[in-house]
Amino acid sequence: MSMNRKQKKNLIRIIVSASLMVGLIFVPVSGVLRFILFLVPYIIIGYDILIKAAKGIKNLQPFDECFLMAIATVGAMTVAVINDGDYVEAIAVMLFYQIGELFQSYAVGKSRRNISELMDIRPDHANIEVDGELEQVDPDEVEPGSVIVVQPGEKIPIDGIIINGNSTLNTSALTGESLPRNVHEGDEVVSGCINMSGVLRIKTTKEFGESTVSKILELVENASSRKSKSENFISKFARVYTPVVVLCAAALAVLPPVIMMMLGNSAHWGTWIYRALTFLVISCPCALVISIPLSFFAGIGGASREGVLVKGSNCLETLSKTKTVVFDKTGTLTKGVFEVTAVHPEIVDKNTLLHLAAHVERYSAHPIAVSLKNAYLDEKDECVIKDVEETAGHGVKANVNGNIICVGNEKLMKLSGAKPVSCRHCEESGHSGSVIHISRNGEYIGHIVISDVIKPNAEKALAELKRTGIKKTVMLTGDSEKAACAAAKKLSIDEYYSELLPGDKVDKLEEILADKNSGVTAFVGDGINDAPVLSRADVGIAMGAMGSDAAIEAADIVLMDDDPLRISKAIKISRKCLRIVKENIWFSIGVKVLCLILGAAGFANMWAAVFADVGVMVIAVLNAIRALFVKNI
Amino acid sequence: MKKTYKIDVDCANCANKMENAAKKTEGVKDAVVNFMTLKMSVEFEEGADTKAVMQEVLKNCKKVESDCEIFLK
Repeated sequence: MSMNRKQKKNLIRIIVSASLMVGLIFVPVSGVLRFILFLVPYIIIGYDILIKAAKGIKNLQPFDECFLMAIATVGAMTVAVINDGDYVEAIAVMLFYQIGELFQSYAVGKSRRNISELMDIRPDHANIEVDGELEQVDPDEVEPGSVIVVQPGEKIPIDGIIINGNSTLNTSALTGESLPRNVHEGDEVVSGCINMSGVLRIKTTKEFGESTVSKILELVENASSRKSKSENFISKFARVYTPVVVLCAAALAVLPPVIMMMLGNSAHWGTWIYRALTFLVISCPCALVISIPLSFFAGIGGASREGVLVKGSNCLETLSKTKTVVFDKTGTLTKGVFEVTAVHPEIVDKNTLLHLAAHVERYSAHPIAVSLKNAYLDEKDECVIKDVEETAGHGVKANVNGNIICVGNEKLMKLSGAKPVSCRHCEESGHSGSVIHISRNGEYIGHIVISDVIKPNAEKALAELKRTGIKKTVMLTGDSEKAACAAAKKLSIDEYYSELLPGDKVDKLEEILADKNSGVTAFVGDGINDAPVLSRADVGIAMGAMGSDAAIEAADIVLMDDDPLRISKAIKISRKCLRIVKENIWFSIGVKVLCLILGAAGFANMWAAVFADVGVMVIAVLNAIRALFVKNI
Repeated sequence: MKKTYKIDVDCANCANKMENAAKKTEGVKDAVVNFMTLKMSVEFEEGADTKAVMQEVLKNCKKVESDCEIFLK
């Protein structure tokens, strides 16, 4: 158990005062002496409360907890002096109050540390090589373009490109993804990942302050400053609540006896004042005020552990109410890279067709060329490739082993003298991609279909969203009607709009937002040119946004990797957190109101009151911590 | 202009009170106290002398919550 100095001091005060009080019960004295003796443990446990209450009155800010506790216990002491009765009650109330405070401060401190540790991805140093020896420096001092060395077990401190070494990286602190990632020379790596196996030399591409890890830390640290409606409600509630309770207590102390007297009965002043004091003890708003922000803080912390960065409690709150999810297609539901999806040769075999196409594209970096090369892995063989000629808008022509090969669209085929054959395979299967034609020495030899591939988890993600109660899913895309229709069908998306320019996407979203049936609408995009749409939606979710600053700026929620399943996960996390918040609000207010009624009616004494106060707070805090555990929802 | 200060305060309600006190201080446009991270971020009015304003903020916070601290850099 680690406590700070203040907590230790308070613990000692509690122990000393409690033992003194128990001891004094067995000391046979009475009258003034007894009062003075009991005053000692009371002062030990309560002096700071009394001083704070006095300061509050002096600064004209009287209505706080200390004031309530001071009035209640001083009142109880006075009642005890008058009757030469039970001093234990006043001391015990103060004792329980202090125990509650101690627990609260301990629990909050502990969860604050836990959550901060979870989010601790800040690297403490960077290694640079000076005259063949490694030197540890502050990451802040490393200039972009420097070479840093990351040893196994260390965090990558700054974004960069590997210039030497192979390794596996643990990215779980950033993405929540537990599978390690293999990296090689030439790969881009982001800061915050843990290097697991080999030594890496990395050429930094950014300053530390601009690196992924700094961006994330900044975002998470500022997250709980953007307050949710629930939190604002609670602070407003607390502001009016205390004065109202004090007035009620005063009324409770004065009105019933006065009415009794007017009716000609005896007033029972003592009973009613005692009830009023009990009323004051029950009324502390602490459980509420502490547990709501704590729930959000834990929820945001748990989410960031799962690779879901939430910009503020308010975003978490809105996300939990989402009814409609609008997707961008490319990069969000699809991989955004082209892949060969069909090969239709005419007079050669499939392998030859791919082989020739890949060779022609050997020197091109066009996305289509990359996809063709990826489809034929043994491209770097002995074949001789000469006279490569790339014509924009047409394709590529080259001499492969003495044959003139053209790879491109119909225009290029016409130029080369070949006549594309209309393809019955394509019509039957309804392929919806770009068709690349290939000719050899002016003779048509077949075509290859490449299309953007749907992400492996996209279908599951859409089904999962429906299961979590999302009413409508919509897809917006700049792609052709045919491609959009095929994707929407495959993924069972309710509505889609195709052939949209980036500006049209905002207009479409406006339309959806204006539709009253939509409810709270979230937009999910990869953030590359979605920034305006992201910021216009009720909740903007940017996917796989590591490195895209514009998206991180514009979005409310940032998903660290590009797995669409994380969308439903984020919604579930937000729902769990909000459920806990609501539980805490209703539970705390409910128990308080119940106890207030019981106290006013005389069924709860001061002991019960303190238990109600401390107990509710403990349960609410423990409940709030639950928001942190979101791994398996 | 916006600046963030570390603070020390014991209870969430007290943090709320500090926030209100800071907001009411002259020269402060907006203030947010984050109890969980123990930070106060203050947005100042155009051309305000941040040091002097923060002294006032501290004084006002002490008034509503004697047991608080703002670590002025």
